[in-house]
Amino acid sequence: MTAFTSILALPLALSLPLRAQDFVFNNGSEPQSLDPALISGVPEGRISAALFEGLTVNDAETALPVPGLASGWTVSRDLRTYTFTLRETTWSDGTPLTARDVVDAWMRVLDPKTGSPYAYLLGDNIEGADAYLKGRGPASGVALRAPAPRTFVVTFVGPLPYALAMLTHSAFMVTPTFAVRRFGPGAWTKPAHFVGNGPFVLKEWHPQDRIVVVRNPRYWDAGNIRLRSITFLTIEDQNVAFDKYKAGEIDYVPDDSMPSGRIDEIRLRKDYHHMPGSMVYYFVFNLIRRPFDDVRVRKSLSMAVDRDELTRRVLKAGDIPSAGFVPAMGGYRTTRGNGFDPDRARALLAQAGYPGGRGFPRITITYNTSARHKLICEWVQQAWKTILGVDVELHNLEWNTFLDTKQKTHDFQIARSGWVADYPDPSNYLDMFKTGAGNNDGLYANPRYDALLARAATMLPGPERDRALEQAEELLVTRDQAVLPFFFYVTRYVLDDRKWGGIHLNALDIHHPRWWRPR
Amino acid sequence: MLRFMIRRALSLIPTVFLIITFAFVIIRAAPGGPFASEKQLPPEILANVQKRYHLDESLPRQYVRYLGDFARGDLGPSFRYKDFTVGELIGDALPPSMLIGALALLISVAAGVGAGVASALRQNSWLDYAAMSLAVIGISVPLFVTGPVLKLYLALKHPWLPTSGWLGGRSGWLVLVMPVLTLALPYMAGIARLTRASVLEVLRADYVRTARAKGLSERVVVLRHVLKGALLPVVSYLGPAFAGIITGTVVVETIFAVPGMGRLSIQAAINRDYTLIMGDVIVFSVILVLMNFVVDLCYGFLDPRISYS
Repeated sequence: MTAFTSILALPLALSLPLRAQDFVFNNGSEPQSLDPALISGVPEGRISAALFEGLTVNDAETALPVPGLASGWTVSRDLRTYTFTLRETTWSDGTPLTARDVVDAWMRVLDPKTGSPYAYLLGDNIEGADAYLKGRGPASGVALRAPAPRTFVVTFVGPLPYALAMLTHSAFMVTPTFAVRRFGPGAWTKPAHFVGNGPFVLKEWHPQDRIVVVRNPRYWDAGNIRLRSITFLTIEDQNVAFDKYKAGEIDYVPDDSMPSGRIDEIRLRKDYHHMPGSMVYYFVFNLIRRPFDDVRVRKSLSMAVDRDELTRRVLKAGDIPSAGFVPAMGGYRTTRGNGFDPDRARALLAQAGYPGGRGFPRITITYNTSARHKLICEWVQQAWKTILGVDVELHNLEWNTFLDTKQKTHDFQIARSGWVADYPDPSNYLDMFKTGAGNNDGLYANPRYDALLARAATMLPGPERDRALEQAEELLVTRDQAVLPFFFYVTRYVLDDRKWGGIHLNALDIHHPRWWRPR
Repeated sequence: MLRFMIRRALSLIPTVFLIITFAFVIIRAAPGGPFASEKQLPPEILANVQKRYHLDESLPRQYVRYLGDFARGDLGPSFRYKDFTVGELIGDALPPSMLIGALALLISVAAGVGAGVASALRQNSWLDYAAMSLAVIGISVPLFVTGPVLKLYLALKHPWLPTSGWLGGRSGWLVLVMPVLTLALPYMAGIARLTRASVLEVLRADYVRTARAKGLSERVVVLRHVLKGALLPVVSYLGPAFAGIITGTVVVETIFAVPGMGRLSIQAAINRDYTLIMGDVIVFSVILVLMNFVVDLCYGFLDPRISYS
């Protein structure tokens, strides 16, 4: 046996000396694409941030926007027009990168033929872009200009307080339209033809296995990139990935790759890091279905869940319980919502005509199949039974079927939901509940709410705007209880920070690969 | 013989045609679509995307278009993985599955036939009991137990093997050991039991008695007469088993992060990647039909009573 095992161990020992400049980690599912114009997921975002750079990038520690491709900018008095000065730099193939490239890249995202999932981010915010995106206006009407090779000018629809943060998003990254034209979609993102402007360039892409990127010697700040390569592994199963980390085969487990079923084991580790994040976990009520058309019923259900117990005793991950929906950010304060109050919960249910739960119909919570959601829904089922005497059925659906049920057919009573902002601004949480909005799955409709959001959209950043948005959240959650928030997820990761630096906890859970480095 | 082969090859066409039709209809009956996501696409953009993939056309037109492309050898673009065609994805995923499957099958045939013959020749000995007890365990313990247990002992408790991954990484060929072993165990057990039963039966056959009566040595009787006859059921088991094992198993590929067909197919189904699902189904069914064909041919060599004329 010992002879056998030493034979086995020999080649492993020879191949193991880990080269300290090569960073390996699990990136999760296979990316939909490496073209920043076509992507929408977290794993895709991480790779594109290594390969491309927009005008601003997320800071390593705070994730706030700092200069990227733009070395600086000036803002007009009405806060609508931004004039960026670009760095003197080239694409990874040596072609000079100019302001024209930025205009072309953004126009490609807006081009209806591209079919970019985040085109609306540009359409909603850039002057003239919405009309062009929807085929109702000319390309020349989009307020993007390149008056000089290193000067780029954009005019937004209003004084967007979140403009610079929004520009870190992958939809605003600069892509080489000349390469897209030359090699065609699908081919230009392959290692043989790849052209980018990020800190790394694409070296290998093996679907379902790994993507390897290496340092880009032509990156404007190449001297400060200390990793020689990053390997993005494609492992969907979080337990498999975590075993790999435990065996020392990978260096980092990001939040989305963490097996939540093993939190008891993970939270005791010295290399586990966590802090409150900005993703909200909530239930959405179908407001046109009985008995959820009665606000007293909805409030009663909200007051019957002890969110503190859920996060501390059941989930144990450090999530922040909240009956409000929008996490606090800048000067914005989360609304208090209708927190745990069993007596009032019972009273409200009685007022609605169901004293002690008598006569209350059997209700169903619909969720997408996952151990974590099951745990939460079972806990809620128990809480509503004991406190309100209400019978709840749980209905789990496979992901795509779940989305169809929730978004298209609206054939649910209560559905599990989660939301994370594309950029840190309260409006990004609240806009989806505007009457008729695309993600308004519970069909909330309140003209006063719509008016408040419309007003906030034209206001300058500051306390006054924050108050208007706070009022909107107050309406949505505390008054109308259109949704039932539970907690804000923690953002967390596992990393040996004695070996690696440049990855820091931040509420947005954004960790830009440009900053990653060996200690 | 040649006529038989041509006839079988031609019969592939209606089979594949039927499979394509069924798969095409069933996939589209599933709720959701390839472009559903928690953050919904605005309607104008969704319309553009659907147009790009011809999903805005009527179902019969999409079907005819698919058949036309298929006849030209084009399996179409993947809806989910926008930088790849279905052909590219399958071309990347098939070799890992085939490598692991072929190695596993090789091991299980060698060990399974060996153990089966030995057990039958020494029926009711301790060797027989030991081998057959192991075989029962091999058959009844599912892959999702064997895999993690192997991983726990060979990779996590003792750092002998890499926990998962594929060739080209830090650990070289050692990544193959555990997936091959995990996959081989149930097949090994199945083949051992099948071989044992079949050898026992053949040992009592008239022609074996005749061989012995001729005064042949036991060695020659077993190798030339018993084994040849006893392998028939094993060969018919191997056809579909080979097709199944080389087209990938989700469990083993997931546990050991093998970039193979099993994982590809599952992800395709979850993502409603219509063209990729179709491609997977077609590849799997063609391999299955081909393997059954090969089995039929093997019969002719193993059993002199079978003729194809």
